[in-house]
Amino acid sequence: MADLCDLTLAEARDGIRAKKFSSAELTRAHVDAMISARPLNAFISETPVIAKAMADESDKRIARGEARALEGLPLAIKDLFCTKGVRTTAASHILEPFVPTYESTVTSKLWADGAVMLGKANLDEFAMGSSNETSYFGPVENPWRKPGDNRARVPGGSSGGSAAAVAARFALGATGTDTGGSIRQPAAFCGIAGIKPTYGRCSRWGIVAFASSLDQAGPMARTVKDCAILLRSMSGFDPKDSTSVDMPVPDYEKALTGNIKGLKVGIPEEYRVDGMPAEIDAMWRRGADWLKAAGAIIKPVKLLLTTYALPTYYIVAPAECSSNLARYDGVRFGLRTKGDDLTGMYEGTRGEGFGREVRRRILIGTYVLSAGYYDAYYLKAQRVRALIARDFANAFNEVDVLLTPTAPSSAFARGEKSADPIAMYLNDVFTVPASLAGLPGMSVPAGLSSDGLPLGLQLIGRAYDEETVLRTAAVLEEAAQFEARPPVWWKQ
Amino acid sequence: MALDKATVTKIAHLARLRVADSEKDSLAGELSNILTFIAQLDQVDTTGVEPMTSVVAMPLPRRPDVVTDGHQQADVLKNAPESTAGFFVIPKVIE
Repeated sequence: MADLCDLTLAEARDGIRAKKFSSAELTRAHVDAMISARPLNAFISETPVIAKAMADESDKRIARGEARALEGLPLAIKDLFCTKGVRTTAASHILEPFVPTYESTVTSKLWADGAVMLGKANLDEFAMGSSNETSYFGPVENPWRKPGDNRARVPGGSSGGSAAAVAARFALGATGTDTGGSIRQPAAFCGIAGIKPTYGRCSRWGIVAFASSLDQAGPMARTVKDCAILLRSMSGFDPKDSTSVDMPVPDYEKALTGNIKGLKVGIPEEYRVDGMPAEIDAMWRRGADWLKAAGAIIKPVKLLLTTYALPTYYIVAPAECSSNLARYDGVRFGLRTKGDDLTGMYEGTRGEGFGREVRRRILIGTYVLSAGYYDAYYLKAQRVRALIARDFANAFNEVDVLLTPTAPSSAFARGEKSADPIAMYLNDVFTVPASLAGLPGMSVPAGLSSDGLPLGLQLIGRAYDEETVLRTAAVLEEAAQFEARPPVWWKQ
Repeated sequence: MALDKATVTKIAHLARLRVADSEKDSLAGELSNILTFIAQLDQVDTTGVEPMTSVVAMPLPRRPDVVTDGHQQADVLKNAPESTAGFFVIPKVIE
């Protein structure tokens, strides 16, 4: 039998249904691969016992002819989704002992469709980072390396463990979350696909909150079709999340018709930023040519406020983070350190429990929300955010989807940017604007850089129009024929 | 916009976050850089623009004010660092 870990999620699904192999066999192959890939540090918690029990249950269902949409398919779950009875850390010391007594809505839906949990994937602490270097449990290493250069490269972030697990082929797919690019940028850095759906598509209930007006869950997988399959299971109205939208969830797999004749694709010139490497610009043009060859109409569009998206994000996100993270007080859950009095206990617990980047964001957020600065920073940012959303709305009067690069570089070396917060923030320059406007965005692997590392292209769609994003992404994927794989250096 | 050490001390206290004195100078520098970066927004004319508080164009849903998910005291207390007799325990606040 061919290596079961080489199958796409769709192939594995079809193989299980055709009884070519069992979920127990498929799951065991992935668990073995996960254990052999520990040098990547992609998981905070491995759950092989749970995986086996879930796979056995799936095999019973398949035998009874009751297979569900994701029956028996092993997935990695970002350790930001609460899982009942399985430690959920958000990659933070402050949540190190936390074992939820409830299950997030998104993971509940995956299990209700028959998926199998392999473990809890590593991430940047509280999803705050673009390199997975801020995890309390150590950095994740990107499975990709530059030929002839053995230095560890970052997998991107914050969903870096999810991206590495999928790229190294020990998970068929993974959940990610995206606040300013945390699904799309790691997908690009690891040579896989990932979609952040429209804000409100996936319930946020049971996902550890970072910036509530931006946070959104989504799938990561090796193909666009696999993402479409997972997104359908993850999406849907949830009365427990007041920002969840009550709309029918389409069968996204059916949206992949391959037909984009007459589709209007916008190229926002403002995304051609200073210092962008020539090869990324060239790949972007190539992507437009591919879509044109498939019958799309390419049009330049204006998104004039693009350069202001990052500074807007770095007010809104830290402000919401400082409010959300106020709950970590050493009283109800998580870490507690002893203090002389209540304030001392709070300050000690939070000082010890949060890492450097999280503390930086809490302090910035506290500052921009404090008396005398609220109007100048927070309200100002919310007004600019409204203008950025209006820019997109105007562009979508002229085109159906936007094409941009996903990130301004390929995966950088570990430590290369960690000393300079602003340099790190600039990684998200192409992903943050769609997050601020709440729009769906997807990264697709488009090729390799001259030094042999994956590069991604991003598609941004209208609100709730994930179908056009996925359909166009599948056409790009088909044209790109991205078949490169990372060299397997990590096997123990 | 430059933040000094005293301001770092003040906002750290507002955030109930202990920051070592030795870290405050470097933090003041990092936070000042971030504030300079975000001050670019001053270049944008936002006269007459309503602040955007949500990207979802819908009113917040309402529901009857009744218990939907109660009677879970044991679960609620399960992750508490310290609890007794059905309560969370905190350091003494009244002399």
